Amino acid sequence: MNELIPSGAFSGISSAIPSVIQISYLVAASLFIIGLKQLGSPATARRGNLIGAVGMLIAIVATLLDRNVLNYEVILVGVLIGAGLGAVMAQKVEMTAMPQMVGLLNGFGGAASALIAVGEFWKVIHSGAVPPLDETITIILSVLIGGITLTGSLLAFAKLQELVPGAPITFPLQQPVNLLLLLSFLACGGYLIADPSSTAVFLGLTALSLVLGLLFVLPIGGADTPVVISLLNSFSGLAASAAGFVLGNNILIIAGALVGASGIILTEIMCRAMNRTLANVLFSAFGSKQSVSADGGATGNSQDKVVRSIDPDEGAMMLGYAKSVVIVPGYGMAVAQAQHSVRELADQLERLGVEVKYAIHPVAGRMPGHMNVLLAEANVPYTQLYDMDDINPEFERVDVALVIGANDVVNPAARHNASSPIYGMPILEVDRAHHTIVIKRGMNAGFSGVENELFYEDNTVMLFGSAKDMVTKLVAGVKEL
Amino acid sequence: MTEALIAGIVVFVLATFIGVEVINKIPPTLHTPLMSGSNAISGISLVGALLVAGDRNWSLSVILGLIAVILATINVVGGFLVTDRMLQMFKKKEVKA
Repeated sequence: MNELIPSGAFSGISSAIPSVIQISYLVAASLFIIGLKQLGSPATARRGNLIGAVGMLIAIVATLLDRNVLNYEVILVGVLIGAGLGAVMAQKVEMTAMPQMVGLLNGFGGAASALIAVGEFWKVIHSGAVPPLDETITIILSVLIGGITLTGSLLAFAKLQELVPGAPITFPLQQPVNLLLLLSFLACGGYLIADPSSTAVFLGLTALSLVLGLLFVLPIGGADTPVVISLLNSFSGLAASAAGFVLGNNILIIAGALVGASGIILTEIMCRAMNRTLANVLFSAFGSKQSVSADGGATGNSQDKVVRSIDPDEGAMMLGYAKSVVIVPGYGMAVAQAQHSVRELADQLERLGVEVKYAIHPVAGRMPGHMNVLLAEANVPYTQLYDMDDINPEFERVDVALVIGANDVVNPAARHNASSPIYGMPILEVDRAHHTIVIKRGMNAGFSGVENELFYEDNTVMLFGSAKDMVTKLVAGVKEL
Repeated sequence: MTEALIAGIVVFVLATFIGVEVINKIPPTLHTPLMSGSNAISGISLVGALLVAGDRNWSLSVILGLIAVILATINVVGGFLVTDRMLQMFKKKEVKA
């Protein structure tokens, strides 16, 4: 279209458009950086998110000015459908289901990036041209990262939504099969670089990256999910970057790199909080080996030890007459949707003059910060939430630690039992409190498959039942004090 | 390697360093909003999708681009809105709901 415009009044405007687009991209990139910076502090986080959204809007509007973007009706329909679905999802999703939501959105972002690469490949091939070497390489990378992000995220979503079993899934020769697939991908990639016009090989590459995504998430599950969600978050950014390389578009490269960095930082924090390497999380299928608990990795002589169980009234008494109580929530609280009852319990205790704090382990729940979001939903001020490093020195002075649906993150074996699989993992030291009440469904081992020494300690008592039931009964009990 | 590719790599590496610096000190309370907010930013692939879907002539590329537009828009809109919904709940002082 542009070439048809005669030189004259309009050419000045139209020739300025590419610069306008580039400047807008620069503004958008700056807004993304400022937005991310402000997301880092509770006081400014909401504004930071808004600034990011404004940056996105600027980038999108600028792109619509591009002379290659002419298909406005079709684009409008696509954007309206997407915006409608996105808005409905964002409004409807339960806070407990936030890990699934983020997982799914990661997948959509990855899919979009992969589709861009496939579409671009198709466009080039059908124009009769042969894509140059660097474009072929970036297209291959983009399809690989985007494809893995898509199917990996969908599987993580399905696991979290319990459409498939959440536990690690393993099969014989899993690692060799994965390696074989990766090698075939490299071989196909090499072939495509030599002969970029081979559509069949390209489709093969696409299929391989989709399968690789599934296989990558298959053996990871349960309590390791925060790591995989963070990593997929990083991948969704890298996929956008890769698509940016394909299109030669800076805003995609920059924004993708920012998200890639953020995801990797979170991944690292999660790994450190479990004292495990990323490779160990990805490849060891942790928690799938039931033999660990059978050979008594943690407590060889647990049979000799006694577990003391109490009823909710007794628990209410212990809590109500305490001076200070620390609540330690875990995934069990999320599953039971007990966050509102927990808040009610804290209210009742505070009414009696008890000091209540919450202790949050970095990997509690199924995504980074999962517990914080749930407690925020229940209207708990974030100033009452304490990180592991801040609360651990205080446990010695705490009268009652109330553990709700957490297990491995409070297992003292991590501190002193070198033969335990979770040895070295930083834990919340609830065993140092004067008394510990553990709300739990039964005596099953935690995700790691390790029995929890905490349950057999002299100052630990158990309240068996679902988190929601038990907390509700505790509330009723405390009310009568 | 072409100059364009090198230039792209330069931008990518520098942006990664900025990302690490900006995000490094984030408190655990904000891990989830950071993740969903940055996730929305990764929906920037919408820009690429618009470029692919923008062709006037229908082709497989345009159809793929259109699907990408829909998915990326869900990513962008859903991501920013859900982050806002979450952050709205983070309060310093107790407020009666």
